[in-house]
Amino acid sequence: MIDIREKYDVAIIGAGHAGVEAALACARLGLETIVFTVSVDSIAMMPCNPHIGGSSKGHLVREIDALGGEMGKNIDKTFLQSKMLNTSKGPAVHSLRCQADKREYSKSMRKILEQQEHLTIKQGEVVELLTADVDGEKQITGVKIATGIIYECRAAILCTGTYLKARCLCGESITYTGPNGLMAATALSAELTKLGIKLRRFKTGTPARMDKSTIDFSKMEEQFGDERIVPFSFSTDPESIQKEQMSCWLTYTNEKTHDIIRNNLDRSPIYAGIIEGTGPRYCPSIEDKVVKFSHKDRHQVFIEPEGADSNEMYIDGMSSSLPEDVQIAMYRTVPGLENCKIVRNAYAIEYDCLCPGELKLTLETKAVHGLFSAGQFNGSSGYEEAAAQGLIAGINAAMQLLGKEPVILDRSEAYIGVLIDDLVTKENLEPYRMMTSRAEYRLLLRQDNADIRLRRIGHRVGLISDEVIQKLDEKEKAIAEEIQRLKETTVGASKNISEFLISCESTPLKTGTTLAELICRPELSYEKIAPIDPDRKPLADDVIEQINISVKYEGYIERQIRQVEQFKKLENRLIPEDLNYDDVQSLRLEARQKLKLYKPRSVGQASRISGVSPADVSVLLIYMEQYQQMKKNES
Amino acid sequence: MVLETIVAIATALSESGISIIRVSGSEAISIVDSIFVSNREDFHLTDAKTHTIHYGTICFDGKVYDEVLVSVMRGPNSYTREDVVEINCHGGVLVTKEILELVVSRGARIAEPGEFTKRAFLNGRIDLTKAEAVMNLIQSKNQFALENSVKQLRGSVTNKIKELRESILYENAFIESALDDPENYDLTGYEDKLSEKCDELLSSMDYLLKNTEDGRLLQEGIKTCIIGKPNAGKSSFLNELIGKEKAIVTEIAGTTRDILEETVRFGDFTLQLIDTAGIHDTEDVIEKIGVERAKEYAKDADLIFYIIDSTYSLDEEDTEIMNLIQDKPCIVLLNKYDLQPILTPEDLAKIPQLSSAKMVCFSSKGDFVHPNGNASTKEEALDNMKQCVSDLLFHGGISFNDEVVITSMRQKENLKHAREAILQVKEGIAAGMSEDFLAMDLMRAYTELGLLIGEEVEDDLVEEIFSKFCMGK
Repeated sequence: MIDIREKYDVAIIGAGHAGVEAALACARLGLETIVFTVSVDSIAMMPCNPHIGGSSKGHLVREIDALGGEMGKNIDKTFLQSKMLNTSKGPAVHSLRCQADKREYSKSMRKILEQQEHLTIKQGEVVELLTADVDGEKQITGVKIATGIIYECRAAILCTGTYLKARCLCGESITYTGPNGLMAATALSAELTKLGIKLRRFKTGTPARMDKSTIDFSKMEEQFGDERIVPFSFSTDPESIQKEQMSCWLTYTNEKTHDIIRNNLDRSPIYAGIIEGTGPRYCPSIEDKVVKFSHKDRHQVFIEPEGADSNEMYIDGMSSSLPEDVQIAMYRTVPGLENCKIVRNAYAIEYDCLCPGELKLTLETKAVHGLFSAGQFNGSSGYEEAAAQGLIAGINAAMQLLGKEPVILDRSEAYIGVLIDDLVTKENLEPYRMMTSRAEYRLLLRQDNADIRLRRIGHRVGLISDEVIQKLDEKEKAIAEEIQRLKETTVGASKNISEFLISCESTPLKTGTTLAELICRPELSYEKIAPIDPDRKPLADDVIEQINISVKYEGYIERQIRQVEQFKKLENRLIPEDLNYDDVQSLRLEARQKLKLYKPRSVGQASRISGVSPADVSVLLIYMEQYQQMKKNES
Repeated sequence: MVLETIVAIATALSESGISIIRVSGSEAISIVDSIFVSNREDFHLTDAKTHTIHYGTICFDGKVYDEVLVSVMRGPNSYTREDVVEINCHGGVLVTKEILELVVSRGARIAEPGEFTKRAFLNGRIDLTKAEAVMNLIQSKNQFALENSVKQLRGSVTNKIKELRESILYENAFIESALDDPENYDLTGYEDKLSEKCDELLSSMDYLLKNTEDGRLLQEGIKTCIIGKPNAGKSSFLNELIGKEKAIVTEIAGTTRDILEETVRFGDFTLQLIDTAGIHDTEDVIEKIGVERAKEYAKDADLIFYIIDSTYSLDEEDTEIMNLIQDKPCIVLLNKYDLQPILTPEDLAKIPQLSSAKMVCFSSKGDFVHPNGNASTKEEALDNMKQCVSDLLFHGGISFNDEVVITSMRQKENLKHAREAILQVKEGIAAGMSEDFLAMDLMRAYTELGLLIGEEVEDDLVEEIFSKFCMGK
């Protein structure tokens, strides 16, 4: 064999949503990067639902964008419909969701990769991870693909999605493929096990795609996009994306649907016990919904376009692993789907992913230095969750090679911080999906302030330009100055003011007050009080948005900031890396085992490990004090 | 590792005969020895063998404090593995506190909550397989609360708190489900339902808090302040009360605050009587003490005895007193009611500041009389007063079996915080805040109640969302 060795800094295994962000981050930071995929036609493919964003996932996309990732920009170019969810609720839970044109999304992302300097795209299945022993530790040195070619690298990022030993199930029909019939990656699992990395099986599923021409939309409720479209990316000009949008459609299951499902449960691979993997509760199959929530007489079904020039419609809400004949019968009970024809059937997919405790907060594996991982392989689900991890893994692989500090976002800084902390610290027994309820400090982690929260971190690592930061400085200055002015400017209880307030259905003033106080009233806002505030200067919409939120919710925000201060106390107590948990007397056995497995970075992280009780934490704190004194006495 | 010598009262402060002061650390024996006089000549605790008990008195600077038994346990054969001395005091609550202060003044430091156990742990004395206990110990704010937290948190409290938590969590999970899946769950009109739920929660919490307060009053005694103008007859009333009941637990002229405290058993209650001068002082001295002095003590009091001379009409000074005590549970004592009274209970009841006060009349001879002027037995009159105390402080009902009583300060604080959080939910609803803000405060209430019963929050919410609500498309 001819020895053709190619040398790279970083090898990315997989080019899904995690892989592309990881690859772009590394290449943009000047590292020679190669990204492997089993099919170059499936770069940034969306094998399940056709949306980007949604509750809390929209936050992730904004954060990815703020840090210098690509997802937000790409969906801004390729969406079919856009909606800001929860607009009647507080700003913390506003969430942007777009219907994507799947093919366009993938095509456009591939182009970005192709145009990226220092980035090579290669089709091929990685079958071996090459390592060397350096100072008693395994270090990644390269990867080998199925055809035998070796690519040397100093860091590698596993972004294998649902491909590892994937198997798809549709009733009795089982195929050993990845999503969409793509080739599964069968060799890598054993390779990882050899390196001492523990794997487990997870399961997820997807509904059928219907032929659009067989659907009767007149029996469904049409769902429109927002009139004014808000972009995902902080760098997209809102004007550039106002366009005609495609509709989605809402219909419902009924008792007939549920009867068919109940009568055929024995043919479901999950209920028949054929599937061993754990499925997600937040994205249950229609069988699960019918069984677990039997009191509900109907479930929502959204019919969504897969692309502008695609004949396929995604049947959102009815994922299933029942046999195709049952699927057809069940779908046809739904109003509007009476004569539907399935283009691609629903199926469940099982795959290998990491066991808990294998990762550091940097997303580097504990077993192999320089080997990082991101996305569904880490036990998450969702394009956005994957992309977020891909970006962080990419950044941290690059930081390691460049000899710089890694990026570890904590739970009070970003949804990404919550996501990674949960994945690394908790024993998630199902694919992990982001939810706003998982973010303890969500009032501070809004999608509207992701730029303020994270751009400087993106700038520090080198993915955000000086120019952007200069603009951000100006924005923050404008916000602060205007809030100051609003707090200092008083208005009297004059006739003019009273009349104005009455016209806004607000109570007239009895004594003078500040403009800020007026903005706090639920019926008023910064924009609304313009007539009684003649001295204001024109400000950009995003500045006004921040002013409104900061002023209106000041009390709540301050309470949350105090909670964060509490949280940071334990978070900032770092556990010495050489601490031997066997020396800590009085830890309960379970806690000791868990702490040894997870090796938490801080006491705060330790306290979130399941099986580590508050008492164990105090035992640990006491020991750390002793330990410090011991060290002091020694020196 | 050399640790400071620490001290704490190791028994719950109660009317039980003996309280124990525990001292631990390398200086423990010498510190106690410096204030201990043995009945044996020339005997010093420093010479005592381990695990021995010694009889003597606590004396310092010429003052005798109490007759005590002192036990000496030398490390490492002690609870903390350090030298431990325990002083068994007999003089009741106040003497115990004084001796504690004395030990501190000799060089020990008040132990932090749970510190004895922490020492025991640090010194390798206990293998905390059930380390949970340590956390609870460490969290307890004081040694007394510590004792109580174990005893008082009987099943009933825990169950009640668990019920509250479950109901909060359910609401929270509903809100979160709706926020996560807005197209599936609608929150329209939900505020009204939540508001009702908050009222329910608040009334449960108020009930618990009231009982908590009852617990404290029962355990530590009711801080009672006697006030009234000079000559109204404060001291004769005080003498009457103490003299008749003959249940003085202790009698010490306070040295630090220049006040007099009397612990008096009054029926089922213990009163910590506070007057602004020593009881042995002359009437003249009491007369010098006017409204000004009384003010600061009245502020802290749980109960006020307000003494009025019924043969004089009320003046400005009375008004000032009434303003001061208007929010306090108050028993008005109309003195000299057998002489020609010009003030009657009916008159006084019309005064707004006294609208919720109880009225009791007594005669110039110190006898109690009914408002209608008929003399009654003292026993009847005293019973009447006891009933007044019960009505005022325990809202008529009081249960002496220890059901649902939270006495630990920490737990009470948790409960109060939880209550505040629920109040903030209500404020939020009133201010038109959306449900995500309300959820913030709901979750805070949930967390506080979790801390109260020592349960972690962890992923409860996510679990509840998935189990109760059908999520996802």
